[in-house]
Amino acid sequence: MKVLAFAEQRDGKFRKSSFEAVQAAKKLSADLGAEFVALVLGSGVEAIAPQLGNFGAGRVVLVDEPLLAEYSSTASAKVIAEVAKKEGADIIVMAASQMGKEISPRVAVKLNAGLASDCTALKVEGGSVIATRPVYAGKALIDVKVTSPAKVFTLRPNVFTASATNGAATVEKASIALTPDDRSAVVKEVKVASGRPDVTEADIIVSGGRGMKGPENWHLVESLADVLGAAVGASRAVVDAGWRPHDEQVGQTGKTVAPTMYVACAISGAVQHLAGMSSSKCIVAINKDKDAPIFQVADYGIAGDVFEILPELTNELKKVLGK
Amino acid sequence: MKIVVCVNHVPDTETKIKVSADNASIDRAGVNFMLSPYDEVAVEEGLRVKEKFGGDVTVISLGSDAHKETLRKALAMGVDKAILLKDDSVRDSFGVAKGLADELKALSPDLILCGKQSIDYDDAQVGTLVAEMLGIPSVAVVVKLTIDGVKVMCDREIEGGHETVETKLPCVVQAQRGLNEPRYPSLKGIMAAKTKPIQEKPAVAAERLVETVAMRKPPAKSAGKIVGTDKTAVPELVRLLHEEAKVI
Ligand SMILES: Cc1cc2nc3c(=O)[nH]c(=O)nc-3n(C[C@H](O)[C@H](O)[C@H](O)COP(=O)(O)OP(=O)(O)OC[C@H]3O[C@@H](n4cnc5c(N)ncnc54)[C@H](O)[C@@H]3O)c2cc1C
Ligand SMILES: Nc1ncnc2c1ncn2[C@@H]1O[C@H](COP(=O)(O)O)[C@@H](O)[C@H]1O
Repeated sequence: MKVLAFAEQRDGKFRKSSFEAVQAAKKLSADLGAEFVALVLGSGVEAIAPQLGNFGAGRVVLVDEPLLAEYSSTASAKVIAEVAKKEGADIIVMAASQMGKEISPRVAVKLNAGLASDCTALKVEGGSVIATRPVYAGKALIDVKVTSPAKVFTLRPNVFTASATNGAATVEKASIALTPDDRSAVVKEVKVASGRPDVTEADIIVSGGRGMKGPENWHLVESLADVLGAAVGASRAVVDAGWRPHDEQVGQTGKTVAPTMYVACAISGAVQHLAGMSSSKCIVAINKDKDAPIFQVADYGIAGDVFEILPELTNELKKVLGK
Repeated sequence: MKIVVCVNHVPDTETKIKVSADNASIDRAGVNFMLSPYDEVAVEEGLRVKEKFGGDVTVISLGSDAHKETLRKALAMGVDKAILLKDDSVRDSFGVAKGLADELKALSPDLILCGKQSIDYDDAQVGTLVAEMLGIPSVAVVVKLTIDGVKVMCDREIEGGHETVETKLPCVVQAQRGLNEPRYPSLKGIMAAKTKPIQEKPAVAAERLVETVAMRKPPAKSAGKIVGTDKTAVPELVRLLHEEAKVI
């Protein structure tokens, strides 16, 4: 048995979720008594490959090709499947990031493997891997077993830990023959918005709802987010009103998030909103209606006016955090 | 242009989920089902592409007779044809994709539209699985689609931004909310949908590769502390976050 972890990078930087995937996959291989290898692909990324040693990878396979300079789901999947075959790896693990979600189904088809996506826990029972994944937007959890010989797992970002140690990895170059036709879908341009983290990756999220009254009041949400180094989220009511872009929407038809702290400002807590954020570790609600459903899931709350409380909270945190 | 939209029939977002006696699926009693919200966006996009380039739009769903309700909704929105690939068993994504890919091969559309994920099992797999099975490109989480000849440009959401992906027809495009604002079916559309036929055929067999061994409700959260009702509660809130919850 061999576990292969694909560590995604963009512009020569690994995502935090890549480290999480490597560390979780390494642990899985130890629990299974299996071998372990990590895979990095891209162009001119040799220098970063050894970083994976800090997350448990003793061996890293590097596929470095000019044709991999721009992200292509089709080319990436081909490389991962070919390396898995060469290595005889039967368990493939990667982050359920926007890239991982596009690549993993293709790898699964190429390896005739079952795919368990967006897993929040992996354990070994009687020699087989049992993966836990939220379904119905987190209203239920299922344990699944992949029954095909080859198996692919993607891991929900921000759920597994990535704690760096001082490990050393040997990096081995491998070459996989690629042609321009392998890049049948390829990225032409990347636009990264504001300096703030994305809601799916942030440790802290400050979200605003309809009770914020209008986009002109968002500086209150943003100032609080900035003191906390947090991402900014929104309810659907706010996105539908055009106050905020839809990539900030949290909920069943928005993004599913699991930060350490989620601050809901003037959000009522409709089931569809709760579905996307109720697995946050600590939920703070500020809502003037003490009967708002958000208080049923909140760990802490202030049943008061956001326009009074948010500036005060931002100031207090500035003092406490020394900013 | 020949356009096919794959649609799934899923529990309403308001639904309270109850685990059934088998501990591996939900109790379907009293649950309302609907056209999956991202698939509704995909149907709308199919109609808009047709309005621009001509051709026809077919919707296809794999599942039990109950899926006809969702196919009718798409017909009411204005699609031309509907196909039900009948299968009463519960398939994994691989099995759904295999069934769809088999039919899509025969239809050989120029453009296949899917949702970014079904809001039941939240797999976000089927669209890309189908594309790989058909050997064609795909783009996921698309918020803008531009077609020029066979060249296709898609803006898709990524962490903290967007990327523009170039690909070509035939391909699979997986819709994200924001791609468009789906239309409401008109009364005329609803009436017409009642008489439009739904073509039924059995879905090709597929083995399961992923088995659900257990389903449970997540641990319930108990309501927390309301620290106060005005700004005088702020220092105490900050203290609790710092000392008790240790999140800041
Ligand atoms: C198919 C479908 C999918 C959906 N998907 C999502 C989704 O993904 N995400 C999502 O969020 N919603 C989703 N919804 C919408 C959801 O049902 C709610 O309508 C929405 O979440 C409400 O947003 P809100 O809490 O901002 O607004 P409201 O429900 O209007 O709540 C505003 C809150 O602000 C409070 N308030 C007002 N003024 C103040 C003040 N000065 N100070 C403090 N508090 C104040 C009020 O007490 C109230 O609780 C979906 C709905 C459907 C039908
Ligand atoms: N049973 C089905 N019939 C037709 N299309 C489906 C079915 N299940 C999923 N799809 C399509 O695949 C997309 C992704 O679904 P999923 O992988 O289940 O999250 C959905 O948005 C649909 O467009």
